[in-house]
Amino acid sequence: MRKLLIAAVAAFTLNLGAAQANSGTYVPEFKDASWSFEGFFGRYDQKQLRRGYKIYSQVCAACHSLNRVAYRNLSALGFTEDEIKEIAAEKEIRLPYGDAGALLNDDGEFFTRPAIPADKFVPPFANDAAAIDVNGALPPDLSLITKARKGGPHYVYSFLMGFMDEVPEEVMHQKGFVLNEDKNFNIYFPGYYNSMPPQIMDEMVEYEDGTPMTGEQHAKDIVAFLNWAAEPELDHRKSLGLKVMLFLLVLTAMLYALKRKIWANVKH
Amino acid sequence: MSSPEWKNPAIKWVDERLPVFSLMHHSTAGYPTPRNLSYWWNFGSLALFALIIMVLTGVFLVMNYTPHVDMAFDSVERIMRDVNYGWLLRYMHMNGASMFFIVVYIHIFRGLYYGSYKGPREILWILGVVIMLLMMGTAFMGYVLPWGQMSLWGATVITNLFSAFPVVGDYIVTLLWGGFSVDNPTLNRFFSLHYLLPFVLFAVVGLHLWALHAVKSNNPLGVEMKQPEDSIPFHPYYTIKDLFGMGVFLMFFLYFVFWQPNFFGEPDNYIPANPMLTPPHIVPEWYFLPFYAILRAVTFDFLWIIPAKLGGVLAMFASIILLMALPWLDRSKVKSCKFRPVYKWFFWILFADCVFLGYLGQKPAEQPYVIMSQLAAAYYFAHFLIILPLMGKIEKAVELPESISAAVLKKSEDA
Ligand code: HEC
Ligand code: HEM
Repeated sequence: MRKLLIAAVAAFTLNLGAAQANSGTYVPEFKDASWSFEGFFGRYDQKQLRRGYKIYSQVCAACHSLNRVAYRNLSALGFTEDEIKEIAAEKEIRLPYGDAGALLNDDGEFFTRPAIPADKFVPPFANDAAAIDVNGALPPDLSLITKARKGGPHYVYSFLMGFMDEVPEEVMHQKGFVLNEDKNFNIYFPGYYNSMPPQIMDEMVEYEDGTPMTGEQHAKDIVAFLNWAAEPELDHRKSLGLKVMLFLLVLTAMLYALKRKIWANVKH
Repeated sequence: MSSPEWKNPAIKWVDERLPVFSLMHHSTAGYPTPRNLSYWWNFGSLALFALIIMVLTGVFLVMNYTPHVDMAFDSVERIMRDVNYGWLLRYMHMNGASMFFIVVYIHIFRGLYYGSYKGPREILWILGVVIMLLMMGTAFMGYVLPWGQMSLWGATVITNLFSAFPVVGDYIVTLLWGGFSVDNPTLNRFFSLHYLLPFVLFAVVGLHLWALHAVKSNNPLGVEMKQPEDSIPFHPYYTIKDLFGMGVFLMFFLYFVFWQPNFFGEPDNYIPANPMLTPPHIVPEWYFLPFYAILRAVTFDFLWIIPAKLGGVLAMFASIILLMALPWLDRSKVKSCKFRPVYKWFFWILFADCVFLGYLGQKPAEQPYVIMSQLAAAYYFAHFLIILPLMGKIEKAVELPESISAAVLKKSEDA
């Protein structure tokens, strides 16, 4: 009875994840990729996060904000306090008004100050409207992207690698499919057509740590960085988890032994 | 039962004025419990444990949570990132809700299998159904608080259901919303009620336990305790067994918290709520799915006067309220399915039917799922309204053991 119940509950809950896939439209399995942060003992690879950060700041940051991450958080990637200060100071934060209460300075521009480590990453556009105006669609904030999509990092990786020049047969013959020359075809994106131009290519940024600069590697690295942005607590969570589990295992075993002992003379 | 003579003068002094020590004694070492309870009887104490975990984590979450549509999502993310161990509190609260329902659902099916709802435990059982309803209300409103896409749209779909009631429907919905759509006033009242209901739950759990202590536990044989040999004191036997159960439960629970914290969740709820953008699939939390399936199964008008939407809402509420009538629908004198060779199988079919309804609840509202939901929902009601009463009349039960101790002694001789 117990086994049956566990099996039933497991089958039932596992189904929740699989069930959402668009019925009727062709979506291939996610592309194969693995990361050091997966699994029971998983941890972030700091070097990989730094490579990913480099891609974010040189490529993605042109369009995508990362509003929930502060410059000071970069210390988790091994940047020193001074380096973080420098990184932050490269960005300007717009002020609501200047010294004398004026809205604009003598050149007719907004007052600004350099960002400091306590500031959140400065977004590329002043607001959503400006971002849509330039990009044709809103480039979503990437702070939670790996948690906000089914498949998590595997989806984001597949999405980045899923742009295609030719529309595959399976999709072409689908009922209701219409070619769209103005947008980019991405086999993993719901609805296929997407306003983001393909970003991943070999040697898109320079790596200094000797890691091969292939498109796949770049995509893996940026996704690792985005996963860190979404779940900065992961390392702490999993290492604390191991300690707690170990403790509970011993405690529960002792409680079981005690139970056996107390019940030893009771027929039940 | 007489109170023990307290030796310690301080304890004696207090107890004569406020008999807490006597109370504790009566509900532990002085409380007789069947000697043959299986591990299925652990789930009651686990449910209380889960409620305590929810209240503790919840109280600390509130210290950093902001119930305002412009700040709720950000405040939850701040809890996740900047509050010390905030991620632990939130993931425990989030997964704790799922654990609470897993435990309570097992607890309920245990009661169904062993006939624990039958006399003299009718009130105990009805209070249990009240607890389940309160839990559902609490969890539903809690899910709205982080103000993600699924919070907003789940709340919109569910509150809209009340508009199905004739005449008063629209007023109820406006009252729930505090306006004309799910918005800041809705979030505020849901937050207030989400904080309040767990304490109402505590009170009802208190009544539930009070009733339990009056009628005592049922047991796997479904034969009442008749003589001293049938029982053992709750403490130390069941205190240690319950503690062991809590250890196992904590490991199961914390596995999700530390390694799969978003397993039971919807990715869409990590997108801030946006009233202008409806998500492609709106699904409730997994623990509501069987009821959601019953709700959506009614796609036709009932008896010309009840439109489909109202029919669905009534069916959904009926599926829960019906459970309260169980003690009177089941006419069999035999409690435990151990001695009900035919009904036992119907129990398992009902269990499978509920799991199947849960599966259907997360499928899109299209064929063949609609017809499947209709059949599964019809079976659910048929089980309680037709099969159960009928079984009481026609089933021939296996002979019951004379007493708990007789059965236990026989079992240990055979072994
Ligand atoms: C030229 C601007 C631009 C750049 C550079 C850019 N993106 Fe995008 N991105 C967009 C736009 C626009 C969208 C929205 C597409 C849509 O909704 O049609 C988008 C959407 C996305 C999405 C969401 C897909 C979904 O499922 O909704 C992800 C993930 C993403 N981009 C990742 C990246 C990463 C990683 C980089 C850096 C390697 C990057 N983008 C660089 C413009 C850009
Ligand atoms: C019966 C017990 C309870 C249940 C079943 C329950 C359920 C839930 C659920 C499902 C959520 C949404 C979690 C998420 O997706 O983020 C939630 C959020 C929340 N709950 Fe509760 N809860 C309970 C008790 C409490 C109590 C007693 C408090 C406070 C005293 C509380 C405070 C909160 C707060 C502040 C949030 C929003 C933060 C968040 O989303 O994590 N809860 N609750």
